[in-house]
Amino acid sequence: MQEAMIKRAKELLADGSVKRVIGWKRGEFAYDITPAVFESAEELDKDFVFDDFTSANVSKYLVKESKKEGKVLVFLKPCDTYSLNQLTKEHRVDRDNIYVIGIPGGPKLDIEKIKAKGITGILSVKNDNYTLKIDTLYGEETMPFSEAILDKCASCKSKKHVTYDELIGEDGDVLDSDRFDMVEKLENMTAQERYDFWREQLSKCIRCNACRNVCPACTCEKCVFDNPNSGVENKAASDSFEENMFHIIRAFHVAGRCTDCGECSRVCPQNIPLHLLNRKFIKDINSLYGEYQAGADTTSRAPLTDYTADDCEASIVHERGAE
Amino acid sequence: MLKISLSRLEELFAAIAEKQTLYIPSDRADGAAEFTKWEPGKALTQKLNTLRSAKDFFFPQTENIVDFKMEGKNIQVIDQRSEHEDFVIFGVRPCDARSFTILDKVFLSEPVDSFYKNRRDHGTVVTMACSRPAETCFCGTFGIDATEPEGDAACWSDGEDLFIKANNDKGQAFIDSISSLLEEGDTAKLDQVKAKTKEILSRLPLANLSTAAFGGDTLNEHFNSEKWAELSESCLGCGTCTFVCPTCQCYDIKDFNTGNGIKRFRCWDSCMYSDFTKMAHGNPRTSQLERFRQRFMHKLVYFPANNNGEFGCVGCGRCLSKCPISMNIVKVMKALEVK
Repeated sequence: MQEAMIKRAKELLADGSVKRVIGWKRGEFAYDITPAVFESAEELDKDFVFDDFTSANVSKYLVKESKKEGKVLVFLKPCDTYSLNQLTKEHRVDRDNIYVIGIPGGPKLDIEKIKAKGITGILSVKNDNYTLKIDTLYGEETMPFSEAILDKCASCKSKKHVTYDELIGEDGDVLDSDRFDMVEKLENMTAQERYDFWREQLSKCIRCNACRNVCPACTCEKCVFDNPNSGVENKAASDSFEENMFHIIRAFHVAGRCTDCGECSRVCPQNIPLHLLNRKFIKDINSLYGEYQAGADTTSRAPLTDYTADDCEASIVHERGAE
Repeated sequence: MLKISLSRLEELFAAIAEKQTLYIPSDRADGAAEFTKWEPGKALTQKLNTLRSAKDFFFPQTENIVDFKMEGKNIQVIDQRSEHEDFVIFGVRPCDARSFTILDKVFLSEPVDSFYKNRRDHGTVVTMACSRPAETCFCGTFGIDATEPEGDAACWSDGEDLFIKANNDKGQAFIDSISSLLEEGDTAKLDQVKAKTKEILSRLPLANLSTAAFGGDTLNEHFNSEKWAELSESCLGCGTCTFVCPTCQCYDIKDFNTGNGIKRFRCWDSCMYSDFTKMAHGNPRTSQLERFRQRFMHKLVYFPANNNGEFGCVGCGRCLSKCPISMNIVKVMKALEVK
């Protein structure tokens, strides 16, 4: 797959169809992949990589890159195409200046899950028929591929590319995923249990803002939390609840726009399952306004910014709160 | 050297905790290790290092430094400082131990930071030598020997026993306070463990990473490098690297209006943020390229320029593991050192 991608990118660069290519660049180790912009065949040959660790969703970079002169080629996995569609819908990218090649999705690997097995000194990771053979400074280790899958891939919602200009490989279908299982578990907890769960998780937050900055739905020119004049900028948390509120407010802000790409949880250095907040909103929107998938298209009106006579009444808050 | 059997660690911790508050790295529910207050039953982690560094003990993420209270036309200034309790941090790795030396250079030079000094005076750092370094480790680049840790007192494990040695008077006082539990032990097996660790350290993927191309006299060359554009291109501008870093020490001062006064906080800041060092005219670094460059120039050029050549990095590898886009000081050094 990597060779086919490099070959096609070179062709499109050579015939002038595109000026730049967004993809992934190999790092020092087997797994430390950096999203990158490539401008020449030499750069592609040297560093372009597509493998089990290229999990980063690169669609948000298009906000900046699509406004530059000349077309940009981007390789998008199925989940990433939902993000691009949503950005297109919100007029945050110039879709006409983007050439999308749809590529197969995951499941991708989570190096943290490999390290959690006590495997360290990792020199290389090879996928041998779904057994990972890991060469380390302390000898060779093996573990099943299935146990090292990224959480966002483990509950994959779709193998379908919702926008593309061409495909490498075949397109897939929207999947029946188990992505709301944990949300249901949380819903079935008592209010106190749920409160305790979120307090424990959110209190780990160090306010690095990685979740916000990686989020394709968070593209405000100036975030209210970065604005000292807003009165809510809270670099210094005056009590232990402020970080909690930040995440809850952010989840509200992206409600109806979050495509559930899972990047927030993937990048959180403190392993906070932030995607569960977003999934709760998605699940509620589905049940209160009818099935809706943000990013599935670029034209439909989103439930929270639309009005229909069938919309649930405000009293729903009161009714559900009593449960 | 003095030693205690590893099977008696709980006893050792109890003896320390009887006299002072004890913090050890232990596993939390999600599997990551973090420094927590020891209580009976709390076990030392088997992980190489804590997810966050140990700098919080001396330089907490947020601290209330002073309050102002308005009463009519009077303003009452309430100093929030009080004498810190004595505490012991056990199991600090050699890289993190060195980070305290670096922080000392910032906070203990004139004018001395009394908040930092208060905690430093009351804290005893007991280090633990490494025996299973990770691929992301590069403390050797900064002259740190992972088998001979700094700190007030240092510990080693040979798999059966924990050996302990004082590095200074504070460390000696600590050892004296637990001496009834310690006995003289033979280090033959420990010497083998150390030799094996040294051999692994020499084979680490980053073992040859060098600071030769950096230092206080390389400012213009690196500042003006064209490589920053590419290096910083995909930086998200988040503060993960800064906040997991044991040596990042920049802070901001924030005032909160309480209605009848002000609560003033000091909090960690990140040069990656848009409001960092904000002045009347705004942030002097208007692009992410400049902010990104600042962080690495500080560690590799400005810090050594002001501190007799010492670099502002200890090679702990946390930023290598935690950066959401896997961009880090190693990649920056390798790119910049190529002329």
